[in-house]
Amino acid sequence: MEKPTVFNIQKYSIHDGKGIRTTLFFKGCPLSCQWCHNPESQQYPVELLYYHERCTYCGTCVEVCPQKASVWDGRRIKVDREKCTACGVCADECLAGAREIAGKTYTVEELVAEAAKDQMFYEESGGGVTLSGGEVMCQDMDFIEALCKKLYRRGYSVNIDTCGEAPYENFARILPYVDVFLYDIKLMDPKKHETFVGVDNHRILENLIRLSQDGARINIRIPLIGGVNAEDGFIQDVIRFLQEHQIRTVGVNLLPYHNTGKSKYANLDRGYAEERYHVPPAEQMEHFRQMFQMSGFQNVKIGG
Amino acid sequence: MEERGMNERIRKLRRQSMDAVAHLDMERARLMTEAYKMYEGTVSVPEMRALALKHYFSNKTLCINDGELIVGEKGDSPQGSPSFPELCCHTVQDMHVMNDRDLISFKVTDADIQYQKDVIIPYWENRSIRHKILENMTPEWKAAYEAGIFTEFMEQRGPGHTVGSVKIYEKGYLDYQNDINEALSKLDYYHDPEALDKKAELNAMSICCDAIMILGKRYAAYARQLAEETDDPQKKEDLLLIAHNCDVVPAHKPETFHQALQMYWFTHLGVTTELNPWDAYSPGRLDQHVYPFYKADVEAGILDDSRALELLECLWVKFNNQPAPPKVGITLKESSTYTDFANINTGGITPDGQDGVNDVSYLILDCMDEMKLLQPSSNVQISRKTPQKFLKRACEISRKGWGQPAFYNTEAIIQELLNAGKSLEDARRGGTSGCVETGAFGNEAYILTGYFNLPKIFELALFDGKDMMTGKQLGPHTGDARNFKTYEELWEAYTKQIDYFLDVKIMGSNVIERIYAEYMPAPFLSIITNDCIKKGKDYNAGGARYNTNYLQGVGIGTITDCLAAVKYNVFEKKRFTMEELLHALETNFTEDSRILNLVRNKTPKYGNDDDYADSIMREFFAYYRSHVTGRPNMKGGTYRINMLPTTCHVYFGDVMIASANGRLAHKPVSEGISPEKGADVNGPTAVVKSCAKMDHLQTGGTLLNQKFTPAVVAGEEGLNQMANLVRTYFNMDGHHIQFNVIDRETLIQAQQHPEDYKDLIVRVAGYSDHFRNLSKALQDEIIERTEQSFA
Repeated sequence: MEKPTVFNIQKYSIHDGKGIRTTLFFKGCPLSCQWCHNPESQQYPVELLYYHERCTYCGTCVEVCPQKASVWDGRRIKVDREKCTACGVCADECLAGAREIAGKTYTVEELVAEAAKDQMFYEESGGGVTLSGGEVMCQDMDFIEALCKKLYRRGYSVNIDTCGEAPYENFARILPYVDVFLYDIKLMDPKKHETFVGVDNHRILENLIRLSQDGARINIRIPLIGGVNAEDGFIQDVIRFLQEHQIRTVGVNLLPYHNTGKSKYANLDRGYAEERYHVPPAEQMEHFRQMFQMSGFQNVKIGG
Repeated sequence: MEERGMNERIRKLRRQSMDAVAHLDMERARLMTEAYKMYEGTVSVPEMRALALKHYFSNKTLCINDGELIVGEKGDSPQGSPSFPELCCHTVQDMHVMNDRDLISFKVTDADIQYQKDVIIPYWENRSIRHKILENMTPEWKAAYEAGIFTEFMEQRGPGHTVGSVKIYEKGYLDYQNDINEALSKLDYYHDPEALDKKAELNAMSICCDAIMILGKRYAAYARQLAEETDDPQKKEDLLLIAHNCDVVPAHKPETFHQALQMYWFTHLGVTTELNPWDAYSPGRLDQHVYPFYKADVEAGILDDSRALELLECLWVKFNNQPAPPKVGITLKESSTYTDFANINTGGITPDGQDGVNDVSYLILDCMDEMKLLQPSSNVQISRKTPQKFLKRACEISRKGWGQPAFYNTEAIIQELLNAGKSLEDARRGGTSGCVETGAFGNEAYILTGYFNLPKIFELALFDGKDMMTGKQLGPHTGDARNFKTYEELWEAYTKQIDYFLDVKIMGSNVIERIYAEYMPAPFLSIITNDCIKKGKDYNAGGARYNTNYLQGVGIGTITDCLAAVKYNVFEKKRFTMEELLHALETNFTEDSRILNLVRNKTPKYGNDDDYADSIMREFFAYYRSHVTGRPNMKGGTYRINMLPTTCHVYFGDVMIASANGRLAHKPVSEGISPEKGADVNGPTAVVKSCAKMDHLQTGGTLLNQKFTPAVVAGEEGLNQMANLVRTYFNMDGHHIQFNVIDRETLIQAQQHPEDYKDLIVRVAGYSDHFRNLSKALQDEIIERTEQSFA
């Protein structure tokens, strides 16, 4: 069994499903959404984050790096991403806290133990554990299945936050242990989907239909990005699709885009080219919400 | 300034309360001195105290503020504070300092200072309790006190720390006088060697009944006089109603809701004028006490919710009009605030174990919300039986971000009281007062004796008992830490230092307790505290049914992290030696940034649900508890601990060099049982879990502060989960939690000093993150967004 990489364990997570939850963010994703606000979630291996603005340029990282990947660049310091193995030596030694390793491997038992710490909160609030990412459904499924099963057996509600781009077999394996799937729909047009997300949405929509047919409880999550999909036509398409295929939803979350990931790209020394997206206005979000509600959907919320 | 209050009457009274400038009122000092000169040596001490109170209430200048419906000011006017020279005789310099200081100042006139110099100081200088205390303390006690090892509560203010019960509304002071006379008539001069002392004490209580009834009568007459003088029909009606109420209370049992509140207020004035007891006085379970009056009045058609709220808001203003008496020196440092800690408990359960939330409980929440006053301190007691609606309404107010109400766990309070030997019914009638202190309301003297500086004592253990601030040998020699080979050796040195200072502190408190019992009885407070009349014994001499002394441990977060830092880095990982660590501490880490980084950022810390650190907390807590709890006090009761700081964590940090956990010299130590600032990085559930590993039920109260940004608790979901967080903490026996919902200003501070705000969580977009982990640009965006959310 391969141990996936987890880049964050978020406790008191109150917008990733019902109640107080612990969200496990798995690293690595098959999509490459241009608006992604978590660039450190895209690659599967661990990565070095370099918070440039915290750096005091003391030079400790240059001294200690075994790979010589931290180098002086004039009076600044640069990470040679080719050489960097994300070994973490610089992060341990950095006095300014400007270096951090994104991603850590855990055993199933370790993750269950971590999740178990907040059991009393789940029980009081009706919460549980959410597996998110990156993309949890593209991780080692022996591991994910074992994890879901263990969490389920402890009586925790398991939510899966997924983009849907994975073999259906993966979903089928964990279906018995999952309380709710938080299922993303980003675009309905396959070509547009490929342009903005990197793959078409064929498998995503097919998996959604099958999941629903197999009795999964599904909460639809739709990121709304001004300049991409924040328009009535798209919402109408989603509603039509859900109705046509009789997708039974337990709720719909409309998530307004926020330009919050920009600086994270800099921490990975990656560019963030897209400046053309904008935040949909509150009135428009409310309008979208009403469109769903008028079509008979229950539990439609703006935000997580 | 923001105008608040349900109507113009309240808005005006509230404005007056907020605008008035805190000032000293010398009338009490003058009249008390007159009385002492008249009676001293001719009557017993309790009788003299009672006669002095009577003299004051017979001659005190009265004050009825325009429009108010509850009357009686402690001083001459709102924000006027009498002084208590018999306890603490201020020097001329004290008075200048009081007047001139930037924070918590009190205006003092030249005439006041002259009078102090001519009359007060010559008489009281060598008679005041403060003088007696300092004269009787050992050199060891004084050295430790001056070094900031502990503070002393009784040095400027009287013991009090207690709360009223339902008793206040069940009888008038005339009825109490009858009870007292009956007790007097039963004294057994043939067999009881204390009969004469009891007689003096009971006589004193009877005189105090006269004193408060005189005050009531004078207010009735004064209100009638003002009614005569006014042409405004509404004012005339209000004043005549006040006069009528003062005809009934305090002499007789209250008959209406309005009179019940006035009855409480007269009692409050009696207690807080007789002495300047800590935490003033409080109606305690006000909602339950006045509910029968509310219900009867509503049924009789003479009261509706709007009027009831108006009367409660009038009472709130009265609390806010009374600043804590001026403090100086170390006492000011440990409690640097105008707040006098009258802490009203709302909710909880009834004495027979049913849900205690009633209509008045909701009105009190509305009042709290609308008035937004720092006084009275308001809290809610949440029991398993408390309706979710009540909890959520309390959360709704709390998330507005000004810290009230605080949340207390009814079941934990009851368990704490039962563990301390109270009956179940007395426990259910109890609650919390001051900050978080557990007590059996109306039945218990639970005296806070002082704060105890746990991290400073660790500093001494690292340096063989030497105070690094002064170079003096303060504690016993417990060995050169550089030679310690194991954590156990360090632990032994630390606990030896703790033992030594506990002995010094408690010995001092025992002497102080005797001084109060002998020279400063509180016969008025004794009337309304069970079982003082029955025993013929004063509150300050063990007359209460239960007598507890609390010793408040400060800095459990800091000390846990210090112990963890040394254990982990020096003895286990051997990342640096003890010698290197001590050098780093002495030089405030200026030459050892590597050590600072390791102890600050790469060491297990309390507050993260990490058993490495939390087990150290548990071990230390158990030690501290077991070495305090059960030690006898001088009133037939025992010592117990609680874990709260008021503002003392700032003072205690100021007297220290750097700590092993990376805390720099003079910086505050951790407050309450909260983690060290910036140490908790795993969110609120982890904080709550770590805190719940402490055995709260073995304490008399713990204090936990939780910080949030408004967005984390925004919306229905934010509110629900906030309520669930409270419930879960209480399921784990947590005693108290309060929320700081952070405003924009703080976020800006957090941006400028991220190291102090490591635990600050903000809601970003579809997820939450630590503020420190966000870029400046994103922080800016959130700062802006937060401001919008307030709009």
